[in-house]
Amino acid sequence: MALLEVQDLTKRFGGLMANQDIDLHVSPGEILGLIGPNGAGKTTFFNCITGFYPPTQGAVHFLDEEITGWSPERVCQAGIARTFQIVKVLRDMTVLENVMVGAFLRYPRTADARRKALEVLGFTELADVRDQISRNLTIADKKRLELARALATEPKLLFLDEAMAGLNPTETNEAVAMVRRLREQGITMVLVEHVMKVIMPLADRVVVLDSGEVIADDVPAKIATNERVIEAYLGEKYRATD
Amino acid sequence: MTSSMKTNRLNWLILIILAAFLLAFPRLFTQPFLQRTMILILLWSVLGLAWNMIGGYAGQVSLGHAIFFGLGAYTSTLILTKWDISPWIGMFGGVVVAVVVSAIIGWPSFRLAGHYFAIATIAAGEIFAVMFRNWRWAGGAVGVYLPIIRGERIANFQFHEAKYGYYYIILAMLAITMLATYLIERSRIGYYLKAIREDPDAARSLGINITRYKLYAIMLSAAFTAIAGTFYAQFVLYISPNTVFALLFSIQMCLVAVLGGTGTLAGPIIGAAILIPMAEYTRVYLAGRAGGLHLVVYGLLIMLISIYQPGGLMGLVRQWQQRWSTRAQRRDAAVAVPAHHRLERSEGSGDVTDGAS
Repeated sequence: MALLEVQDLTKRFGGLMANQDIDLHVSPGEILGLIGPNGAGKTTFFNCITGFYPPTQGAVHFLDEEITGWSPERVCQAGIARTFQIVKVLRDMTVLENVMVGAFLRYPRTADARRKALEVLGFTELADVRDQISRNLTIADKKRLELARALATEPKLLFLDEAMAGLNPTETNEAVAMVRRLREQGITMVLVEHVMKVIMPLADRVVVLDSGEVIADDVPAKIATNERVIEAYLGEKYRATD
Repeated sequence: MTSSMKTNRLNWLILIILAAFLLAFPRLFTQPFLQRTMILILLWSVLGLAWNMIGGYAGQVSLGHAIFFGLGAYTSTLILTKWDISPWIGMFGGVVVAVVVSAIIGWPSFRLAGHYFAIATIAAGEIFAVMFRNWRWAGGAVGVYLPIIRGERIANFQFHEAKYGYYYIILAMLAITMLATYLIERSRIGYYLKAIREDPDAARSLGINITRYKLYAIMLSAAFTAIAGTFYAQFVLYISPNTVFALLFSIQMCLVAVLGGTGTLAGPIIGAAILIPMAEYTRVYLAGRAGGLHLVVYGLLIMLISIYQPGGLMGLVRQWQQRWSTRAQRRDAAVAVPAHHRLERSEGSGDVTDGAS
């Protein structure tokens, strides 16, 4: 039984075919990696699922409910949370306030939302910066804050858009450890990532997009040897680091 | 922790002293001009706080709030003059009318981002001014004089011997508006409005229906603005489209909040306490010679605030508080644990990482 089921999803921007007939499913508890060269349509796909773009065609089902074309807020209420490729922290609010905004979705009372937010801050190791204005955080902490804020909405499925781009090796390792801990909590995740070294050992399954189409959907080991994938994308990058 | 508790106690102390001063004010200062100015400061504090609910917390800059002010003033006045019903009841009628109209204006306008929302509200304001100028039943361009009712009773909402009555009514209205703002700030709606102001997309991704919350904000804002409108009508005893629906009213509401600091509880009150006496004194002392001078001062103020202090005066206060608290934290840290690397890092690299994001 799939948690998320995407059928024939197509998104056109005028003459540009950003996503074409994408079929994809996410099973409960798994980590799905979504990779592809720049402009492959990864973020567009994210935006179609999470309600920021209405898909041109196709259907999206989440927990047996059709959520195609739902607004972002309804998608989030249904249990899908996301982060953004370009971080969108609430700049003039403190770290704690940022996470409380997320927590209010399931905990309407301020005291409860605060308790939930503190719990998430502890889990994401942001507790000691909780009173800082979030615009003053480092990039790594801002990304972690976005993750914390999304987690505070208690999602069943979490979409992370390049959560590790722009991080240094130490910060990347911390982020990987965080993803592993999230999985232990039973949260299903879809990771969009450029850093191959990160996605390959982390993901249970990898879907490769190229020019808006799915060109491969397999376990990481087979993806690494897939001819079409190597041709489209992995070629220099993955082999060079091997 | 200790330093924040100290500022908290200091805030309460300031509030109590201020409240005592305000309660005693009419006994301490009996000159009519001073009392009138004080009433206007309190009135504009209410208006600034009301504007702040949508313009400050939610960040939707409205320059059409005279609509709700005018509707409050006109509704209670017409109910009084046409049917002889108490302005206290009329006040709630004004609230209902203003809230409904605010939703009708807000619902389509909230689709417009940034400056376009402000422009749409200016246009809506002008529409109402023109409408009331041509509506003969409501007095047309001449306006409406309120009937004089003798008897110095709160129930009449009119005072002719002394201004105490007006003073305490508007003080109570301010207290209620402050309480409402405090409750908004502390609850889910306040957090949501700030999130919408900071980043609408992030807010939506967290399950916030941004149109619905902006509507809540403008409806609350319109309700308090309408109450102030009824007060104004009862205080001046004459209303006309050119006064209560004037664009200048909308601008001044915005300016009071912006000068003091938007999105804060104290900001609009501080703004009113500075701007209103200034406007009154320039109006009185330069009357006849340079009638529009306070408008020139407004213009200059807008320019100065937007260039040097976009956070308003409360922004300055916050900067000082932060400087104090980091100094206090450093002292605490030096005594207890030397490792406070995150604090140091954030101070050093804040602006650099901002650019990178």
